[in-house]
Order: sequence, then structure tokens, then C-alpha cells
Amino acid sequence: MQLTAEGLGAARGERPLFSGLGFALAPGDALVLTGPNGSGKSSLLRLLAGFGRPTAGTIRRDGKPLGDDLDSYRAELHFVGHQEALKLALSVAETLRFWGDLAGRPSQDGNRPLAALGLGAQAELPCRFLSSGQRRRLALARLLAWDAPLWLLDEPTVGLDDEALGLIADLIRQHRAGGGIVVLSTHQPLALAGAQSLSLADFPPARPLALAEW
Amino acid sequence: MVSFKALLWRDLRLAFRQGGDGALAVIFFVLAALLFPFGLGPEPEALARDAVGIVWVMALLASLLALDRLFQGDWEDGSLDLVALSPLPLELAVLAKALAHWLVSGLPLLVAAPLVASMLQFDPAGLPRLVLALGLGTPTLSLLGAVGAALTLGARRAGVLVSLLVLPLEIPVLIFGVAAADPATMGDGSTQIMVLGALLALALPLCPWAAAAALRQALE
Repeated sequence: MQLTAEGLGAARGERPLFSGLGFALAPGDALVLTGPNGSGKSSLLRLLAGFGRPTAGTIRRDGKPLGDDLDSYRAELHFVGHQEALKLALSVAETLRFWGDLAGRPSQDGNRPLAALGLGAQAELPCRFLSSGQRRRLALARLLAWDAPLWLLDEPTVGLDDEALGLIADLIRQHRAGGGIVVLSTHQPLALAGAQSLSLADFPPARPLALAEW
Repeated sequence: MVSFKALLWRDLRLAFRQGGDGALAVIFFVLAALLFPFGLGPEPEALARDAVGIVWVMALLASLLALDRLFQGDWEDGSLDLVALSPLPLELAVLAKALAHWLVSGLPLLVAAPLVASMLQFDPAGLPRLVLALGLGTPTLSLLGAVGAALTLGARRAGVLVSLLVLPLEIPVLIFGVAAADPATMGDGSTQIMVLGALLALALPLCPWAAAAALRQALE
């Protein structure tokens, strides 16, 4: 998959966030989004996940605008945002099995994603007993259960300890080695070899025309 | 199909584990219906005349109880994003959630209704028709409720808002549901049963479609 964006602009409500933003990603690439709070990192990631529309510019997959075939595009991506999407009454293993089934990829070995994120011992525990760092790990285990080529991660490192940071860096490296693409936003330096980086502060919103005339 | 079943099972499992909504709806249904003998007086003739109406109105209100949470929880914790990203079309996801809502809060009413009706001195000969009418009518209530729940997603006091939106739409179901089992109705009520079936057949494709459109708005 090739993912490109050009002249991209977005707004939250009435307030413009950024404009003229562009990038080009090929299999194996990673893009790190940085920028101050409120600069539109989350909004950009949601746009890339197909939620909402940009106010300007286009996002293309393999040269075709996303809007042409949103459903098949969505089948190839997975998005981990700030919300962990956990149900407190379900156990860790049940949660993961549900995600795999929902993605249409029922897994034979449900515990592999858990082991990969160091949650193997907590498999039967209800989610209400997990700490916030463990919840974050479980949300990231979803990436393995969902098994999509494009990962969109909104501040995946928040609340993680050093061990988990190493695990997620490993996962990203393996994913890229397998031809996957990763777009992530972060405030912490993550060791990602050869990653492109984009600071949203470099793409300030253009003044709306009507205001410029005043 | 795997995703549809997964969503349905998860909702049922959550309902049983958290053990609130379904049991609550039935208890509300029975308790509220039992208030009527106190309010209307214990004359058997008066109660028997109003029994069908009481059962239906209470069933309608009971189905509203858990509606505001139908999508709210999934929306707040991000599960709805995942459902939107999954290969399951949003329309079918709505259908799965409405079905889970009906299984949890509608189906138990079918069991409780004969009990309540008998306590209200309703003629036992009419019970099968009452249950049949409820069986056709309550799924329509769940489907209409799903539209209301999707439209009010993210609103403050969504519970009240859902009721205001949905109750007027549910009036046709109420009218034909009561007429189907009312001993005062002419004929054997099969016309009304057929109308209830038609309403369900209409709601089955239209409500998930409308609710999915509302959910797409909420997710932007």
C-alpha cells in the first residue's frame, strides 16, 4: 500500500488546525507526528482512519482518493486512539478474542498477542483489575489481533513503562519489516530507524479569506 | 457473520455479567403493572377491561429503560470506532445491538406478560394472542429505540431525549398491539397481528439504516 497526502487541511469545529500538509509513505515506512498539544495530531490520525473529511486536500491510497473505496481501505488499517475500548466486565482473553472476531480474523492462538505485550499472566483477569499501563498494553495487543497493514497510533507510549516501550518499538520494527506502514503521534522520543517525521507546528492553518480582508 | 455474532455475544455477555438492564426491565414491568389495581380499584371487570392496555404501555416503557445506554458506552470508550473500522457494515452492527437489546429486555417480557395479565384478571383464553402480539411488537420497539439512541448519542440527558423522540413513533405499535389482544375488538385480531408483522418487516431494514446514518455523523 502507498499512502500519500497533499495539501491537507483540517478543522475542529470552526477552528482550523493545519493546512498544506503532505507526506508520502511506502510499505515499510513510518511517520512520526509531533507538535504541541492541540496542533491537530489526533485529528490528522482520525482523518487517516477515515473518520470525517479534510477541509482541503486529498489523501490517496495507491493513487486513488480514499473516498472512492473507504470500506476496503478501512479493512487495511487499524487505529489505536486514546480510548482503550475495554469493557471492564470482560476478561483480557475474551476482549482480545472479541476484537479478532470483530475484525473477521478469528485467531487460533489467542494468547500470542498477549504474550507479545507481556500480558500472558493476566489473560483470565477481568479488565477492571488492570492498571492503566496494562490497559494500554492490551489496547496495543489489538494491533496483532486485528492484523492490518496500516497502523495509526495516537500517542501509543502514554503510561507505558520502559519494558513496554521496548516491546512496542519491537512490534513496530517487525511490522515495518513485514511491509507494514506505521503513522504515530508522540511526545516521547521513540527509537524508530529511518522514520520520517512531521511537525504539525510547521503547517499553520491558512487564514480564512474572509478574515484576511478585514 | 463472525463479526455479527461476536458483537451480539459480547453484548449479551456484558448484559448478563453486569446483570442490570434485563432484570431491571422485567422487575419494572411487573411492579409498575401491579400499581394499577391499587390506582384503579380492585373491581375485576374494570381491571380485565384495561389489562391489555396496561400490559402494553408498561412493556413500551420498560423497553425504554436501557435504551440510552445502547450506543453510549461503546461511543465513550472507543468501541464504536472499532465497530466502524471492522468489516461489519454499521447497519448490521446496529441490528446486532438492537437484537441483543431485545433478547435482554424484550424477550423476558413475553414470559412475564401472561403472569401480569392474569393478575389483572385478563381472560386466559386471550393470552396466546397477547404474547404473539408482544412477540411481534417488542422487536419493533427495540429497533425504533436504536434510531433514537443513535440520534441522541453524545447529548446530555440522552435518556429523556430518547423517550421524547421514540415514544411518538411507537404509537402505531401500541394501537395495533392493544387491538390485537383486546377482548372488545371485533373479529379474532388476526388483522392487527398482520399489521404488527408488517410494522416489524418495515422497521427491520429501515431502522438499522437510519441509526447507522446517525452513528456515522456521531463518529466524525
